[in-house]
Amino acid sequence: MQNTDVILNIGSNSVENHPVSSKWLHKAHDKGAKWMVVDPRYTRTAEQADIYCPIRSGTDIAFYGGLYNYIITNLIEPGLAEYTKTGKNPSNYNFEYLINYTNASYILMKDYEFDPATGLFSGWNEDSETYDAHSWHYETEEEIPWDTSATGAYNWSVAKGVPEFDKPVLAVPKKDASLQNKRCVYQKFKEHYSRYDLDTVCKICGMDKADLELVYSTWATSCAPGKAGTILYALGQTQHTYGAQNTRAMSVLQLLSGNIGVPGGGVCALRGEPNVQGATDMGMLVNEQPAYLKWSNTTDRDTLAHWLSSQTYSDGYYTNKPKFMVSQLKEWFGENATVKNDYGYDWWPKVPSHDGSDWTEMSSFEKMKEGTMKGYYAWGMNPCHSAPNSGNVRRSMANLDWAVTVDQVITETASFWDAPDMKAEEIGTTCYFLPCALIYEKPGTILNSGRWIQWRQQAVEPWDEAKPDYEICDLLWTEIRRLYKEQGGANPDPILKMKWDYYLDGKIDPRPVSWALNGYALEGSDWKSGFKSDAKGEKLTSGSINLLPGYADLAADGSTACGMWIYSGFYSNNEAPVSAESQPVYGRDNTDYGGLGLYNKWAYSWPDNRRVIYNRASADMNGQPWNKDKCLVKWDNKAKAWTTGKNTDGYDNPDFVASKSVTDPKTGVVTTTAIEPNNKAFFMLWEQNGRLESYGMVDGPLPEHYEPFETPLSENLINGRLNSPCYLGRPDTEGKKGLGTKYSDESTRRASADEFPYVATTYSVTEHWQTGAQTRACPALVEAMPGDMIEMSPALAQEKGVKTGDKVRVWNRRAEVIVTAVVTPRIRPLTVNGKTQHLVGMTHHYSWSKLFGLTTHGAVNDLTPNVGDPNSQTPEYKAFLVNFEKTSI
Amino acid sequence: MDLTRRGFFKALGAASMTSFAFGMTQASPALAVEAEESWKLVNTEEYTNICCYCAGGCGSVCSVRDGELVNLEGDPDHPINQGGLCPKGATMFQLRNVVNPETREIEKSKVRQTKPLVRRPYSNKWEPISWKDAIAEIAQKTKETRDAGFVETEMVNGKKLVVNRCESIASLGGSQQNSEEEYLILKMMRALGIVAIDNQARV
Repeated sequence: MQNTDVILNIGSNSVENHPVSSKWLHKAHDKGAKWMVVDPRYTRTAEQADIYCPIRSGTDIAFYGGLYNYIITNLIEPGLAEYTKTGKNPSNYNFEYLINYTNASYILMKDYEFDPATGLFSGWNEDSETYDAHSWHYETEEEIPWDTSATGAYNWSVAKGVPEFDKPVLAVPKKDASLQNKRCVYQKFKEHYSRYDLDTVCKICGMDKADLELVYSTWATSCAPGKAGTILYALGQTQHTYGAQNTRAMSVLQLLSGNIGVPGGGVCALRGEPNVQGATDMGMLVNEQPAYLKWSNTTDRDTLAHWLSSQTYSDGYYTNKPKFMVSQLKEWFGENATVKNDYGYDWWPKVPSHDGSDWTEMSSFEKMKEGTMKGYYAWGMNPCHSAPNSGNVRRSMANLDWAVTVDQVITETASFWDAPDMKAEEIGTTCYFLPCALIYEKPGTILNSGRWIQWRQQAVEPWDEAKPDYEICDLLWTEIRRLYKEQGGANPDPILKMKWDYYLDGKIDPRPVSWALNGYALEGSDWKSGFKSDAKGEKLTSGSINLLPGYADLAADGSTACGMWIYSGFYSNNEAPVSAESQPVYGRDNTDYGGLGLYNKWAYSWPDNRRVIYNRASADMNGQPWNKDKCLVKWDNKAKAWTTGKNTDGYDNPDFVASKSVTDPKTGVVTTTAIEPNNKAFFMLWEQNGRLESYGMVDGPLPEHYEPFETPLSENLINGRLNSPCYLGRPDTEGKKGLGTKYSDESTRRASADEFPYVATTYSVTEHWQTGAQTRACPALVEAMPGDMIEMSPALAQEKGVKTGDKVRVWNRRAEVIVTAVVTPRIRPLTVNGKTQHLVGMTHHYSWSKLFGLTTHGAVNDLTPNVGDPNSQTPEYKAFLVNFEKTSI
Repeated sequence: MDLTRRGFFKALGAASMTSFAFGMTQASPALAVEAEESWKLVNTEEYTNICCYCAGGCGSVCSVRDGELVNLEGDPDHPINQGGLCPKGATMFQLRNVVNPETREIEKSKVRQTKPLVRRPYSNKWEPISWKDAIAEIAQKTKETRDAGFVETEMVNGKKLVVNRCESIASLGGSQQNSEEEYLILKMMRALGIVAIDNQARV
């Protein structure tokens, strides 16, 4: 962040919620960077910034669309013809980046279309309410099959032990580097966003035109070659029925601005939970498996062969997926995984993907309500407070047979039956509370928002009977497995065949799990004898482990095992496998080699200890940095080699293929040759170029503005469709359940603007964190911020007769809560489509469970709607409707 | 006496300072002074940890005397926070212990729950339960619910698929755990056949 020239906080109040990170924004600011905040509220971050521009909650895509249009009109169109002629970048825009590193020049299919009258892209099926993405693909120039011959690049894919699968064929896209073809991505993109003019954007977002122009023109300075702009976002972007399109919109902006892969660029997701990066990496999600591979399902991933055929890319780094997948299964099932039984793939549960059903958090409560979901584990998560429409959550949980909560305090989820509006005597659920250890009462790894893997040392033993989650998990697993072994039951094989031998000195221990995540060669690893450590806590005296130096050594033939290919290398020191402190993950050299704040030798950053991903894009087509003073990697034309962190301190490890090694089959001699600079800046995609347009989203190939589920407007001002066409939880009025998951009105209870005229959003304060399960247990924090509040403008407060400190009843069709009013000019009324629109903001930390501080009879999330994004299934907390009044209660 | 700060990290042991100095060769110098007996951190061992809140990844140093946590502060060597912590991070000590304002003694937090509990059907209160009984009951219920709701094969588009799916149990959470714990929870839940597995990353 300190390397940037323009900072844009949008949907993130980082000074309040990620306070320490703001130190790095201040460093950039001190060096002259412009700092902008676009937010419904004048936040603590806005107070630090140069420019503040208010926005109506839920209208970010209109804002981005206008910015694309501004860049196209003011920077791209005026310079494109000259660039095409000379091949030389002007000073204000990076054409070399746009044309070579993005898919701007790719030709789209003939039937690609967007119709502003209906608000729909081509491929829409009205019956199933889903898109067929076929027309969003590229036209093909030629097809190139994999070379699997003895000397071919893909000879490994037909080796002994590698499962059979259909080898991918590279469909080389048609391109037009002049960007003049009417069907190229750039021209379609330009046409699409020509509707997003300044006046229309202002009408939708409730912005002042002069403010908006200032934001746009300031951002445009980051589009110059050698300049960088960075976007900081958080849940203000993701928690919408089009949240995934919001995040895509930011990536698209950064591609258009030439800001991805460069120091001070990028899209900074300021993540909310301490190890949410780790949990995402781990694929603790319905359709995911560890390290961004997809879980098995009932359609294109119903067998291992189908998984490999559908998931393996035709080009780029993901051509290696079979190596990651087979190594994953080997770690999962150990010696029970063989090429003959598809490495145990069929033991994995298949997620239903043929019937449109949804199994994510919100839908699991629908299933409880229907009575099909009967048992529930909550591991340090508190949905009775944090899930949208949380009253609906506790009423749903009352249908469970049993619930297990693992936490530090009695949360609302543990005691849902004890909520003021619940009748315990009518609830037949058996509820268990298992006390867990705190972070400094156990060892293990954790990841931050910047992909740094860091090791936590255990400082003290847990109080009383509290236990680390790994021990709780092991106790449960051991008992469940014993029951299946002794009594049998519904197919016990997936349970009995699974590898679970992460014991050191006779006790469950995170270090053998770290070995599993890092990956190991089967040869030289002995898990059977039982691991014992030496007196120094360094080496093994029983059992052995042959840790891999990195994922480049993974194989698809069953000779390697790895639970998390992207982490490979983080725990790889075979000299002292027992000592986490001797591993790269515990690197404590805090020298800033190179002065860009990479800190390459502090901890370990996945993948391959790279600190800035896509760093190939920091250099031009000749491998020379756009900005000489901010160099991450560089091609040395004399030595014909790349200068990177692999050979020179102060540089970053290459996030691209910098060299190629070939082993002579006869002599075994390995020859490594450097790969000269090319346009493959995004090698995790098969086309190896960034996607301005993408066929990967379920709700459209380009971000398009739709209104929130609950909106003050009766029509969409930019197209003919009010809401996103396929959001999660659409009203089930025609009994279409199963065709994209729909919820009943009884569940979502949509509010209308005539009854509930105020746009509400939720946010956090610096003293508290999420549902307060930890911070409400700390007296100092409760003293500083003892309860929840609703913020409103002086104008609205006057209209409603409310003063600061008054108790206010806030309600909609889902619930009512009573909170304290704060009247503040930080929130101002906006003019939306010519009319005054009031906004209110609410914090969401307190509730009725008996910790410190004020308790309320409900949680603020009782008010938020349980609908969400169709790609990510993230709920729409950040824009909904309420009414409120002063109350004497 | 001029030592590196890491010299204080007794928990590491001397060996890790010498032969396996992976990344620890450049530890920053810190001024060490002979501490007075009254100093809060005299005779303590230091352990490094990472904050439990916002995913910024700030480092902390936990000071332990006689097996008890006596102080927690920002890690001065950590490049992200360089010794600083936000109000939440600076208060992590209170998750475990609070200082009694009257006696000035360190006491265990009063709101933290450190023993297993059960709430029986239709009851309005928690009751104590032993770990052994809690684990036995939960394992038994998990098995019963799985066995009743298990789908081993399914017809999809005219094809019989092995699906090994448990539709009657959900597992939520994971962003609070360390990565090794996440892996164990994931393996356990998937082995049971659970597809309704989700965590804070979803919201």
